[in-house]
Amino acid sequence: MSENYGTKGNLVQLQPRHRSDAASVDQDRADKSLGLRSNHVPANSALSTQHSALPLWRSLEELADSTEFQEFLHREFPENASEWNDQPGRRTFLKLMGASIALAGLTACTRQPTEHIAPYVRQPEQIVPGRPLFFATAMPLAGFGTGVLAESHEGRPTKIEGNKDHPASLGATDVFSQASVLGLYDPDRSQTLTYLGEIVTWSSFLGAIRPAIEAQRAIGSAPGGKPTLRLLSGTITSPTLAYQIRSLLTLVPGAKWHQYQPAGRNSTREGSKLAFGEYANVVYKFDQADVVLSLDSDFLASGPGHLRYAHDFAARKRVLDAERGRDPNRLYVVESTISSTGSVADHREPVGAGMVETFARAVAARIGVAGLGQAAAPSGLERLVDAVTADLRKSRGRGIVIAGEPQPPIVHALAHAMNETLGNAGSTVIYTDPVEASPVEEIGSLAELVRDMDAGQVELLLILGGNPVYEAPADFAFTQRLQKVPLRIHLSLYNDETSQLCHWHIPESHYLESWGDVRAFDGTVSVIQPLIAPLYQGCRTAHEVLSAMLGEPERKPYDIVRDYWQRRTSSGGQEPPVKQPGTPSPAPSQPSPEFERFWRKSVHDGVVAGTTLPAKTLKTTTNWSTQPIGAQPPPSQGSYEIVFRPDPTVFDGHFANNGWLQELPKPILRTTWDNAVLISPGTAAALGIGQSADGIAVNKVGRIGGEIIADKVELQYGDTLLTAPAFIVPGHPDKTVTLHLGYGRTSAGRVGTNAGFNFYRLRTSNAQWNAAGVSIRKASGEYIIATTQLHHAIDESVVGKRELIRSGTLADFRRDPKLSFEPEDSKHEESSDKENNGHGEEHHPSLYPDYEYKDYAWGMAIDLNSCIGCSACVVACVAENNIAVVGKEQVLRSREMHWLRIDSYYRGNERNPETYFQPVLCQQCENAPCEVVCPVAATSHSAEGLNDMVYNRCVGTRYCSNNCPYKVRRFNFLLYQDFYTASLKMMRNPDVSVRSRGVMEKCTYCVQRIQSAKLTAEKQNRRVRDGEITTACEAACPTQAITFGDINDHGSRVAKLKELERNFSLLGELNTKPRTTYLGVVRNPNPELEKA
Amino acid sequence: MSQTFHRSTNFIARTSIFGAVFFAGILIWMLLEFNRSSYYTQAFFPREQPVQFSHKHHAGDDAIDCRYCHTSVETQAFAGIPPTKTCMNCHSQIWADSPYLEPVRESWKTGKSINWTRVHDLPDFVYFNHSIHVNKGVGCSTCHGRVDLMPLTYQVASLQMEWCLECHRNPEKFIRPKEDVFKMDWPPSEQASAEGTERWDQSVRGPQLVKEYQLRSTLVLTSCSTCHR
Repeated sequence: MSENYGTKGNLVQLQPRHRSDAASVDQDRADKSLGLRSNHVPANSALSTQHSALPLWRSLEELADSTEFQEFLHREFPENASEWNDQPGRRTFLKLMGASIALAGLTACTRQPTEHIAPYVRQPEQIVPGRPLFFATAMPLAGFGTGVLAESHEGRPTKIEGNKDHPASLGATDVFSQASVLGLYDPDRSQTLTYLGEIVTWSSFLGAIRPAIEAQRAIGSAPGGKPTLRLLSGTITSPTLAYQIRSLLTLVPGAKWHQYQPAGRNSTREGSKLAFGEYANVVYKFDQADVVLSLDSDFLASGPGHLRYAHDFAARKRVLDAERGRDPNRLYVVESTISSTGSVADHREPVGAGMVETFARAVAARIGVAGLGQAAAPSGLERLVDAVTADLRKSRGRGIVIAGEPQPPIVHALAHAMNETLGNAGSTVIYTDPVEASPVEEIGSLAELVRDMDAGQVELLLILGGNPVYEAPADFAFTQRLQKVPLRIHLSLYNDETSQLCHWHIPESHYLESWGDVRAFDGTVSVIQPLIAPLYQGCRTAHEVLSAMLGEPERKPYDIVRDYWQRRTSSGGQEPPVKQPGTPSPAPSQPSPEFERFWRKSVHDGVVAGTTLPAKTLKTTTNWSTQPIGAQPPPSQGSYEIVFRPDPTVFDGHFANNGWLQELPKPILRTTWDNAVLISPGTAAALGIGQSADGIAVNKVGRIGGEIIADKVELQYGDTLLTAPAFIVPGHPDKTVTLHLGYGRTSAGRVGTNAGFNFYRLRTSNAQWNAAGVSIRKASGEYIIATTQLHHAIDESVVGKRELIRSGTLADFRRDPKLSFEPEDSKHEESSDKENNGHGEEHHPSLYPDYEYKDYAWGMAIDLNSCIGCSACVVACVAENNIAVVGKEQVLRSREMHWLRIDSYYRGNERNPETYFQPVLCQQCENAPCEVVCPVAATSHSAEGLNDMVYNRCVGTRYCSNNCPYKVRRFNFLLYQDFYTASLKMMRNPDVSVRSRGVMEKCTYCVQRIQSAKLTAEKQNRRVRDGEITTACEAACPTQAITFGDINDHGSRVAKLKELERNFSLLGELNTKPRTTYLGVVRNPNPELEKA
Repeated sequence: MSQTFHRSTNFIARTSIFGAVFFAGILIWMLLEFNRSSYYTQAFFPREQPVQFSHKHHAGDDAIDCRYCHTSVETQAFAGIPPTKTCMNCHSQIWADSPYLEPVRESWKTGKSINWTRVHDLPDFVYFNHSIHVNKGVGCSTCHGRVDLMPLTYQVASLQMEWCLECHRNPEKFIRPKEDVFKMDWPPSEQASAEGTERWDQSVRGPQLVKEYQLRSTLVLTSCSTCHR
């Protein structure tokens, strides 16, 4: 649908305006481009000593067209919103006013409709209407689990919080677990069992499956028989599921189990095998690491343990404030795309994917990995290699070298060898047994299945979850070969591409409806407990389907999981013997009191005690001389490298129908509802894509709402041709394009179908993450991409050239802990800082009378030094505050409703800029510009310093939004909320009003949580304790960058943070006295590399 | 040219200008009065219920404590409507065959809820919390009236914002000792004092109680987010 935008009548001004057309070039802008140009030359000079003097820039587009950009700066909603096009006439005025008054009067004349109360017949224990309960469970993703607490209102799960006791969460959550609530209530979920598209009953499935299994068994039991039963699943860590699968393989001897996870951990696993000769799992201790080298690893934002790693990494960074003498850690990132980890690195180098191995070999050789010999450093990176090597050697036993999943096994093996040589193994790098129940080389496993399907050796295929028709490597021709299987069964949440090609489609229960178990990144098992009975009667868990195949269709998933653990505890924690064919599962013996205690505690805590895998010692055994140097030469002229990545929001396509994730601006890119071919400005210039601004290729910007008009490019890899829009990203390596998987679904549901482009079509089995030898050329046509990067941009010009983000190097920080931008102006800064910490000894002159906050004074501090831009806070806010999804067309018009946005800023050259993230929410100003302009007092100041927003009073003048310098107010231009879909009614947070059309809304500091904690405290005649209130964003944050509390309580965490010197107010010079303040960024670059 | 209008028409012009203002004023006043009227607020209208439940009988004659049925009133926002089980505690023994109670027995047998009609219904954008009021000395009868005298329940207050603010602005006029919160006949005619008993004086005891129960300042109590969120 989106491709047709250009043809719509009202969107006429799509033609980009080129540089020469721009009406005027103001001095301001000239300065900016000058700063950019002057910093062109040295690659590593981005972090020069005087770096904070370089200007910040928001996006490449900001540099391209000054007049259009200025318009976005001045108006929060650029098009069709704030202007009055008709000539105002007296008659029109009277007509409109008369009509408005009449209509307003009439609509007010409704009596409240009669409502009913239906109380329980027998009220369940614990459930008190109005009081939410929290239950521990775990969210599985790509086979690995993250412990969560689900908030339940009268039996309806409404919100996910992290589980503080779970090692992979420590109280934090990621975007996927936050959005999983919407996944549960998604009206497009598959609801009934179907056979050839017809709705059938579970018993008819049982009637069909039993003879099939019996036939397979008969073949398997006969001498020389080769059963043709195959099972295909994703990576499985669940002990119970693995036990059931093993039982099935025993029941049908010779049946085979294949695993394939499209965005799994295959090369990480193979890397460990290459290094140690056996599969191993690696757990990193980032809280103890002084120096970290990431070889294309996005360990802060992807992979099973990323929440924990982000938490530990930020904790180590925080010594900046806690222990002044100690240096924070230093992170080097060499990466082939852009990532959150790269964005917060102290040194980042964008290179081609193939160059990472060359780099790793060079560092490994210099570190002295035995048997590796000499290796030359990649040209241009000699100094970086030397500096990294020196740094890693200096901190022996306190460093980490980590390779990313997209890198081939050899790079992982090199990383393991480096960690061993440096003595990091055993101290900051811990090895354990593999977490997977049955680790295999998954490409090979799937290849075997495909081969056998093609050869007609598969007669019964059971696909447990996953969507192989969409996800399998393109060269496997999975779709064609699947259809050679005579009986195909697919269990999945949606009736997706694979379901449509299978005879039987079984709707899967969502994890919030299921019993189960799953292991975390370190092996810790969590019992998954359901929060609600399956919404649709047809839903089954994988446990039930396997149990049916094992001949016990009536067993409940609760019994299956509990029974497994009962047997496991009775066999002393060892894996119990598998169920023997023909014998029914023994009726669970009377559980011992110990087991009952163990089970209840495990379910309650969300972790099964004692299941964390123990550390073990492993030695690398790689014979380097037999390992070919796989590093690809730099691509030849006209040939490019492809880098595949799971999409940051829809993952491998699993979440394609989740509106919250589709609309969530992707970290760094800030695009929504689409994927694109990500290219660097250098590559774009070479291909003639975009437009040129001062010699830099930048995206073309449309006039509706700062949308990107992307040129289409044609990719050719092998025989596959694909046309997709190209999006220019600063910091992206040259000669490389990044393709995010997970889009272009043809059968995802009403949200995900036909959004974006399917790049799986280019992904082959031998090039899962990186493919060289791709040719790209500019194709005809344009495509509109909805990006929020230019939306709600703060207009810094009103306060002169001030910095929106304070940042500096460690040396800068030691010299001036305030990280002041303009030293000569520091006196002014100082006074404003004192002002803003809420204890206000000094005052700017103000027209408003002073107000003394006698009681609580709520405030927030956001540590930009910890923020990794992961956006978990944004989705948490959406889930907590019933924020609507508006759709791509409305995002194009700057009308996204997110109360919290993450602004990204860049500094330095566009080839490798420094990147900063700044979460911006309502600043809850003490001198709030929004309040004074509201004609109906719909937004007014509370006695505790909140800018209250009263929806029922709001008449939608939007004056407040117009007057807000932070642009944090959101207006319901249309009826964005879905008031009618039944399942979505259950999802909403009952403590927050659901807003209708014509109403302004904004961040409230989660006032419902404040009130709840305050009432609890007041009933006990005490004050609210520090930490008792956590806002939704604060709770979700993996790095604890957000702190909320009472700034009148001088002992509170937030008050202490606000006393730090690097605390600053955004646009503090406006004397708005914001309650939300930020802590400046301190990067710790290597002084050796600083000397340019 | 002769005058079109006679001088005397000036009187009509003056009166009609004055009259228009007056008329508009009356209209606005009428609208406001209508808005406050019990026709609009539905105060004093007993509602039709599936069971002719009498608070007068249960709370008045039988003197059953409010909290026997409204169990969560001291701890939660919602006071709680009793589950059918609570009715059956007594009515499986007494009035066990009464035709009036057929819907209750039906609910008990089938497991289907009794569909009560809401009497006190605040708009959905108002977040009222029973527990904080009860814990800070606002009695049941202050808002719900003499429920113990109502055969069929009706609301006695407009439940409009001006009515809420009456107390949020001047809590000392309505506050009572916590131990008397569930008393229906309040204020008492007299109270204990040093000299035995004396007349209950709200103007003296009110401010004392406000202090004693640490009520938040009226600025906090009248902040928008106290009730709207």
